[in-house]
Formats: sequence, C-alpha cells, structure tokens
Amino acid sequence: MLQLSLLITRMQRINITTYAPLIALILLILFSSIVSEHFLMQRNITNVLRQVSYTGIIALGMTFVIIAGGIDLSVGSMVALVGVLTIMIINGVGDGWWAVAMAMSCAVVLGATFGAINGLIITRGKVASFIATLATMSIFRSMTLYISDAGEMVSDNQQFSEVGGGYFWGIPFPVWIFLLLAIVFHILLKHSAFGRHVCAVGSNSKVASYSAIKVRWVYFLTFLIAGVSVGIAAVLLASRLNSVSPGDAGLFYELDAIAAVVIGGTALSGGKGTIWGTVIGAIILGIINNMLNLTGVSPYLQGMVKGLVILIAVLVQFKGDR
Amino acid sequence: MNTPVMQVHSIVKEFSGVRVLHDITLDIFTGEVLGILGENGAGKSTLLKIISGIYTKTQGSIKIDGKEVDIQSTSDAKELGIAMIPQEFNLINSLNVYENIFLGNELKKTFLLNKSAMRARANELLKELETNLSPDALVENLSVAEKQMVEIAKALVNDSRILIMDEPTTVLTDYEVDVFFSLVAKLKERGVTIVFISHKLKEVKQLCDRLAILRDGHLVSVDDVTEINEEDMARKMVGRELNQIYPALTAPGNDTVLKVSNLTIKGVLHDINFELKKGEVLGFAGLIGAGRTETAEAVMGLRKKDSGEIAINGQHVEINSIADAVVWNLAYLSEDRQGKGLIMNFDIPKNITLISLAAYAKGLINGKKEEAAAREYVDRFDIKAASLHSHLANLSGGNQQKVYLSKWMDTQPNILILDEPTRGIDVNTKKEIYHFIRSLTEQGVSIIVISSELEEIMGVSNRVIVMRSGRIMGELTGEAINEQEIMFYAAGLKKMA
Repeated sequence: MLQLSLLITRMQRINITTYAPLIALILLILFSSIVSEHFLMQRNITNVLRQVSYTGIIALGMTFVIIAGGIDLSVGSMVALVGVLTIMIINGVGDGWWAVAMAMSCAVVLGATFGAINGLIITRGKVASFIATLATMSIFRSMTLYISDAGEMVSDNQQFSEVGGGYFWGIPFPVWIFLLLAIVFHILLKHSAFGRHVCAVGSNSKVASYSAIKVRWVYFLTFLIAGVSVGIAAVLLASRLNSVSPGDAGLFYELDAIAAVVIGGTALSGGKGTIWGTVIGAIILGIINNMLNLTGVSPYLQGMVKGLVILIAVLVQFKGDR
Repeated sequence: MNTPVMQVHSIVKEFSGVRVLHDITLDIFTGEVLGILGENGAGKSTLLKIISGIYTKTQGSIKIDGKEVDIQSTSDAKELGIAMIPQEFNLINSLNVYENIFLGNELKKTFLLNKSAMRARANELLKELETNLSPDALVENLSVAEKQMVEIAKALVNDSRILIMDEPTTVLTDYEVDVFFSLVAKLKERGVTIVFISHKLKEVKQLCDRLAILRDGHLVSVDDVTEINEEDMARKMVGRELNQIYPALTAPGNDTVLKVSNLTIKGVLHDINFELKKGEVLGFAGLIGAGRTETAEAVMGLRKKDSGEIAINGQHVEINSIADAVVWNLAYLSEDRQGKGLIMNFDIPKNITLISLAAYAKGLINGKKEEAAAREYVDRFDIKAASLHSHLANLSGGNQQKVYLSKWMDTQPNILILDEPTRGIDVNTKKEIYHFIRSLTEQGVSIIVISSELEEIMGVSNRVIVMRSGRIMGELTGEAINEQEIMFYAAGLKKMA
C-alpha cells in the first residue's frame, strides 16, 4: 500500500488530471477484487467488458462530438431506431451470412445517416446541438415505436445472433470491436489532421475559422462519427439479444456515454480529451454497475452511485484546471 | 504622499517550482501614480495579479495602511479597496452602463433593485469623470475607450482606493489616450492611487509620479519620474543598450503584387482602392473603427464583399474564404491574437502547423517533422518558453506573437498583413518584429501594417494610407509621412482629392 501511495504521489506530480481516470480504475479494480471474490473470475470480467462495449462504442463517437464543443443526446433513441430497422432489413433479406453482412453494413450506413441529419440541423440550421439532438432524441424514439408498432422485433435469421454472442480467443466479439474502434479513433483523434481540427474547433472556433479550417464541416463530421458508432453498437446489441425492444432499447445510453466521456477526462467545454480516457471511463462505469450487483446493493441506489462518480470525476478535473 | 497605502514586502512567486518573482519589496503611496515597466515576462502582470488577488503569493507579506493583510481572492482585494482593470474587460455586453457599474454591488430597496438610485449615482459618477456617456447605453454598443470608462466607474463605486491598470492605453487611439490622461489626473485629485503597467515609455513619463522597473522577476529600480529619461528606462528594462528600434527601410520594387479596386461593403467600407508593391511596407493608419481591419478581412476572404476586385501579380483572383487567400500566399495576423489567432490550450508546434497541417500529414501527422519545424521557428524568432510543448496560455504576449508569426510564416506568404503587430508587446520584442519585417521585405515579401501607434506606422512604412469611417482619406509617401499629416487625414480635417 505504501508503494502504491508513493506511485500515486509521483503520478500526481506528473499530471493528476491526465492520469486521474487510470488511477481511479486501478483503485477500483483493487477495491472490487478485495470486496467480492467473484469479481476477478474470468466469466465476470468477460461479462463486464461485454456490457461496457455497447455504450463504450457510442462513447467513443461521443468523444469527438464533445471535444468539438457539442453534445449528442439522441444516441440512445438512435440505437433503438437503427436496431429496429436492422432487424427489419435482415428479416426482409432472409437467411444466411449474406443477410447478416447486408444488415450490418446497413446499420452502419443508417447510423451515419441519422448522425448526418443531426449534423445538418446543427451546422446548416445553426441550432445548438443540445436542442437539436434533444429534438431528434424524441423523433427517433417515436419513429422506432411507430415502425415497430411498439412491439418487440425478433430476428428470424439463424446466424445473426452469432455476431454479438460470438467469441474470439475467449473474448466476446463486441469487446474486440470496442477495442479495435478505440484504436482507430485514437489514431484519428491524435494523429490525423481531422482530429487536430476537432480539438481546434472545440478550443476556439473563431481561431479555427481564421486558420482556414472548415469549422462547420469538421463539426458536422463529429456528429456523423457519433452516428456511425451508434450504428455499430446498435447492430451488436440487436444481434446479442437477437431482438430489439423499441421502448427500452438504448434507453439512457446517451447519459452513460456522456458519463464515460466525462469520467475519462474530456472537458465538456470542449477542446481537449482522449479516447483512452473514454475507454477507461466506460470500464469504470461498468465495474461500478457490476460491483453494485455483486454486493447486492439495491438497484434503486445504483443511479445514485453513478451520479456521485460523475460528480467526483468532474470535481477532480475542475481542481486540476486551477 | 508620505504615507504608504500599500507596502509589498519580499514577495516571491513560483509557478510549479519556477521562480518568476524574486523578493520584491515596494512601497506604494497614497494618491500617486506608480508606473510599472518591464519587458514581457519580467513579472509585471504577475506582481499586480498577486496584489489584486488573482494569484496567491508563494512568500512575502502585504500591508495596507500599515496592517498586514491576507489577499487570497479578488473579493478579498475588493474589500480592501483594490480594483484591477484588466486588459480584457469584465463587462456584460447585454446589460447597460449603470447595471454594469453596480454589478455585484446593486443598490436595493428592501428586496427590489433601486434602479433610479443606481442610475442617478452612475450619472453623477460619469459626470465627475467628464464623459458624456449615458447610464442607459448598452455596453455592447460602446467603444473600447468607453468600456474602459465603465470599468473605472465600476471600481469607483466600490470605493476602491487603489486602481491597478494593466496596459490601459494599448487598446486606445491617440486621441482617446489624451482623454484617459485627463481622467487619471481627476482620479488623482480624488486621492485614488493608481498602479499602471505600460510599454509606452513616453506615456509613462508623462503620466506617472514614480517608476518601478522589473527585469526577469527582479525589481531593478524605483525612480522619481523626473530623475529618469526614456533611454535609461529602456536600458534598465532590457539590461543592455537598445539600439535603434526601427531599422532603415528597404526600397520597394516596381511590380504591383496586390491591387484592390472598388472594394465596398455596405455600411462598412466605401470604394477602397490601393496597390501594394513587391517588397514594400504599406502602413494603414487611422482611428479605431476606421475600417482598416475590415479592409484586411475583406481582402483575406473573411468578410463578404458587396463589390470590388482583387488582383495578385496583375491577375484577377477570386478570394471568398481564408482558404482561398492561403492558396494565393496571403497571410493575415489579426489584432486579436488570443481571440482569433492562437489556440491557447495547444502547444507551440500544434499552433504553428494549424494552417499548414497538410504539409505535415500524409494520412497521419508526422509528429517529428512538425516538431522539427517548430523548433526551427523557436530558434529563428527566439521564442522563449519553458518547453516546446508549453501551452500558449503560459507564454508571454511577445512570445505568443512570435508563435503567431511563425504560424503564418509556415504558409510561405508573399503578402503579409499585420494588424496591430506589437500591441501589448515589450520594446525588445517590438524591435525584433520590426527587424523581421525588414528582413522579409529584403526577401521580396510585401507587407501591410495596420497600427494605431503613429510612431510605429511612421517607423516601418514606405508609404502610408490613412482611413476614416470606412474610406481612404489620404496617401502619404516620403517626407509627407509625419504625425500631423496623418492626424489631419485621420480626424477628417483633410481629404485627398
């Protein structure tokens, strides 16, 4: 413990805000493994990671939106809408892997389209992203309910469920996709001109536009990316359950995704943030949920704990900024 | 004048282990105007921020009226009667003048605001300050000078006895500076103590009773203003002889590189025509709001033109966005370095390559190439920073300006428009920038300098255009470039046929 605290003080000296999410994760894992003997069991860990990957993937896309200075509240409803449409497509096409591939690409395209709609309303219509996506959140959910007649949509395809339920090297597919996407997005954010422009726009959009950056285009693309990540998450979720329930699929995912981004150290005011922080943020949220279940804490209290964690994360960030 | 109102004793300030103020001891007397001089990064602002509670000191003590005080925040300072008038004003644009003056200090009738009393008191104060500013004017619509007046009135309402002003005149035109001077005299009469940061030696000489000079975080000297001349001030600030600040001009070539014809933006610019020769420095003089920045922004594609043509090297070009302007090798350094120029939470390389990023990214950004380029600029312009990866917010104004210059130089411009290139910058960096302008003209780069400092315009320009209310009033060359001629045109007393 002494060595650990030494390590922590040394890290604090480096930069507490940068490493705060990582330190929190390590502490949380240590704490969890002491409190519950089930926590470190492979099946439990696999489960946590799988649960995390759906909102985690969305949070990855959300990271771009938030760094650029926006917010996307519609992602949860978008998950339901893309999910329902995907099941309709796969049932329309029929059986076989070909149908699965077709449905999966359609899901991504649909996500991109809905993201682009958000982006267009925000950049062309000049509506604040909070308001625009608040509106589309309601619109997407309502469309989902209407299309599905509020009934559960079940896939008839035999292979579809193998995508979300499958394993590779003992790790569930969605986790692989989450990590792969994290790497791709990390490179996009930190090592591409686009990522640099996203940070510039979020830091100071005036400076960005005076630096010949196409501010509106960059901002638009962040919503498109959020849409793509929703598309991917939606198809994985639909395939895992082999069905989509239009009323509660993706419910409150926007809050989990935003929470993961914020816990990961990305400033809600925009301009700075990291993908790996978001990954850690998502895992922290997942472990907390898991621990509350393992230790038998009332499910009614789980929201409170989540809320407290978000507050602490923001308070630590704020302190570090001063 | 014999009782010190504030005694600063052995103040030390460190930022993450780096000492930026060393053992500063200074008495400030009631009713005096104390000037604080120093190059950028000398520690002037840091010292004043400690006094006004924005920063906390690492060591040392502060006494007010002989009693030791602990200033931990700006509200502590306010309680003690210390008010800071920042360079960037803290006014709320959507409120009117009297509401701003009483912000946080509202007069009340039981629970409700006593608007009539506030309005009356504000009116009284503004009268005392001899402005004809209405208490009901919306702050949004005020000029910079008027906003400053509101800030001062706000400080007076709080019964501030010590007013700290950080470069109050840099944002003012020469005429407004005169008004400001008489204001300071009036404040002195009221017994207000003024601590005043400036880079303008002449101004300091005129305005202050005593001068404290800082260099590299040390207090070099405190002199009565009668006992020190401008050369000595400069020498003490820099710590060495300051040679001629403006280098000799180079003769421009004969080729016209930029020709602007009939440029009009309704209500802003009226029929602007001018030419720029190769290797020439063309000065744009005029009062603030004369339309000089607007002209530059229109040329750069940052503003929509209602009519007008731009020709580069005799060829007609369409510039509808700043991206177009970059393609034609035009560059523009805005007067608003922090608001429009640089990203404060980016490091030096990221700022420098922001426009020219495509040259560093074949798919992915080549971080090494980017850093190497940045390092070259850091050497070339002698940019001083704790590290290459320091955030721009941690650099002094002069060094920020150098990064801003590097950022545009990295686009390899042929035509460079500099809008207030030395605003808020110390003498030494100013000199470096003037020499840099000269070396660019030698290389055949053509430069437009927009400045509200007449001395600067006269010092660097081959030719001067004077604007007023969106119109070109006159053009001066050679011997005709003098203060009086420029002012005649700028004030509208004279107009070119």
